[in-house]
Formats: sequence, C-alpha cells, structure tokens
Amino acid sequence: MTAPPFSLWVYLSQTPLLWLTVTLVVYALADALSLMSGRNPLLNPVLHSLWVIGLFLFLTGTPYQVYFGGAQFVHFLLGPVTVALAVPLYENRVVVRRALVPMLLALVAGSVTAITSVVVLAELAGLPRDIVLALAPKSVTAGVAMGIAETLGADPALTAVAVILTGIMGAIVVTPMMNRLGITDYRARGFAAGLASHGIGTARAFQVDEVAGTFAGIAMSLNALVTSLLVPAAVTLLLR
Amino acid sequence: MIACLSLILLCQLTGEIIVRALHAPVPGPVLGFMLLFGVLMLRDRFAALARGPLAAGGIEGAAKGMLAHMSLLFVPAGVGVVQKLDLIAAHGVAIVAVLAGSVILTMLATVLTFLVVGRVIAPAGGRE
Repeated sequence: MTAPPFSLWVYLSQTPLLWLTVTLVVYALADALSLMSGRNPLLNPVLHSLWVIGLFLFLTGTPYQVYFGGAQFVHFLLGPVTVALAVPLYENRVVVRRALVPMLLALVAGSVTAITSVVVLAELAGLPRDIVLALAPKSVTAGVAMGIAETLGADPALTAVAVILTGIMGAIVVTPMMNRLGITDYRARGFAAGLASHGIGTARAFQVDEVAGTFAGIAMSLNALVTSLLVPAAVTLLLR
Repeated sequence: MIACLSLILLCQLTGEIIVRALHAPVPGPVLGFMLLFGVLMLRDRFAALARGPLAAGGIEGAAKGMLAHMSLLFVPAGVGVVQKLDLIAAHGVAIVAVLAGSVILTMLATVLTFLVVGRVIAPAGGRE
C-alpha cells in the first residue's frame, strides 16, 4: 500500500487537469509580475514560465509527454489566435493600406535576412547540420515552423525550442534597441518585432502600442507565409 | 462567444482543408486569417452579414480577448526545452548566440527597409 499523498500524486500527475492548471497558474503569476514591473522586458512572462515549469517537471521527474497531455489544450490555440489576427488588421486597414509598399519590401528584406543570417551564423559557429536545419525556420510562429522543420527532415521539437528562444530574445531586445536607435515610428517598430519574433514579439508589441501590435500581427502572419515558401529553397541554396 | 469561436475555428478548418486538398505550401491558420479578413471586408459591403458572430463588436471582442493572452500559448511548446537538455549542454551557448545575432539582424533589416522605403515613396518629408 502506498501512502495516501503519494497515490494522490500518482493519480493527479497523469491527468491533464494538473498540467493545464500548472501552466495557467505559473503564467498568470509571471504575467502579474511583468505587469507590476510596468512591463519590463526582462520580466518576460514566457521566459519565466518556462524555467519555473521546466524545473517543476525536473524535480517531480515528470516526462514532457505527460506534461504536454495537459498543456496541449493551450498549445492548440496557437492556430485560432493566428486567425484572430485578422481582426486588428481589419480595424486598422486604413493605416495599413497607407503603409503597404514599405511593409511588403520590409517583409521580403526581413524574411530573407531571418533565414540567411541564422543559417550562415550557425554554419560559422560550427553547429552540426541537423541543428542548422532545425534553426532555419525559427522566426515564424511555433506551429508553422514545426511544419517546415518536418518537410526539411529536421527535428520539430528542437525547432519549437529555437522558435520560442527567438521570440523571447526578440521581445526582450526590441524596445531598448529601437529606443537607442531613435526610431519612433510604431508601425516600423511593430512590424520588425512581429517579423523577427512572431507571436511573442507581437504580444510584446501590443503591450507597448496598439498600432505597433497590429503591424506586428501582420508581419507575423505574412512572414509565416513567405518563410514557408522560402526556407526549402534557401536551405538547398545555402547548404547545397 | 461560442458563435465567435466557431467562426474562428471554421476559418481555420476551411484553411486546413484547402491547404491539404491543393498541397499548397501555405500554413492552414494563415489561410484562415485571410479568410476571416475577407469575411470582415464582405460584411462592410453587405449589411445582411452583420448578424450572429459578425454583429457589432462580437468577433472583435473574442479575437482581442485571445490576442491579449497570446504569449501564454507559447509556453507548452517552450517547455519542450526540457527534452533537449543534452543538446543544450553541448551546443546551448552557440545556439543562443546564433539566434540572438539573427534576431537582431532581422529586426534591423526590417525596420530600416520599412523606414527607408517609406521616406523614398513620400518625398514631401515629414509624416503623411
């Protein structure tokens, strides 16, 4: 007979309820902390949720698959939230139409830079080929990047990690960097944040400014489109 | 609320079906995003469409509620880093440095292109 607290744990740790609750509670606390700090970029709620939950899984010896059994309900919403970006695009369509040409050219420049720079830098750093492939689609949102990784024969789980690291770093860097450069055009700032660091950058942009968030959302969706077309070609070209 | 969520899911589902049927290299949710935008534009033209989830403020409220918590949705995939600890131990520093360098270069290229092109096509100077 096992002791009651232990058998309760054995039961709970296998249910989606526990892991869904852990995900929401940890994120809610991390987000409250970020809000209290006046949205200091270093208190990024995703970053701090990751290590807290990761540490918790490690200490309890819980396999990631068991955790994901509960957390998948949150993960699933990545698709619908991409669709939901149509609403801010629609509401700001007048501002967006006026910036159409700079947007489209910035999209091409940014998308090409995102893929080329990561592949070239990773080769220079001497990373193994399978890691280079998994990093290539890192600037687009998780679901899409994982799909691209699969078509490349790379490891989608590693791609997901690269995507989220990229998003967190972009969200932390964007505000101080743009301020240092003296860039005050929130359309351009948001567009760059969404293009380089997808949904996490877009979430950050919405915290700073509504227009920045809208442009970030557009950049994120358009870049998902362009990157899924470009990555396979770029990889064959750059890695031969 | 339920009608609004249904509309969003329907757009995504239609997107996925079209992508699978045509073997298009476009992600399903991105096509769904374009579909929802198209539906909203159609509502402007045909007032009869402004009912159910498309009635005043319905879909707008639901979408904004989701977008406000978008970062949360990246947590489950991000926690997957625990599966890759051996890889992080071996190559973590290089991977983080490469990603950091790339994200900064990407943002610079994007923001500078946006600003330079904006200035070239509006030579009058100043804002709009």
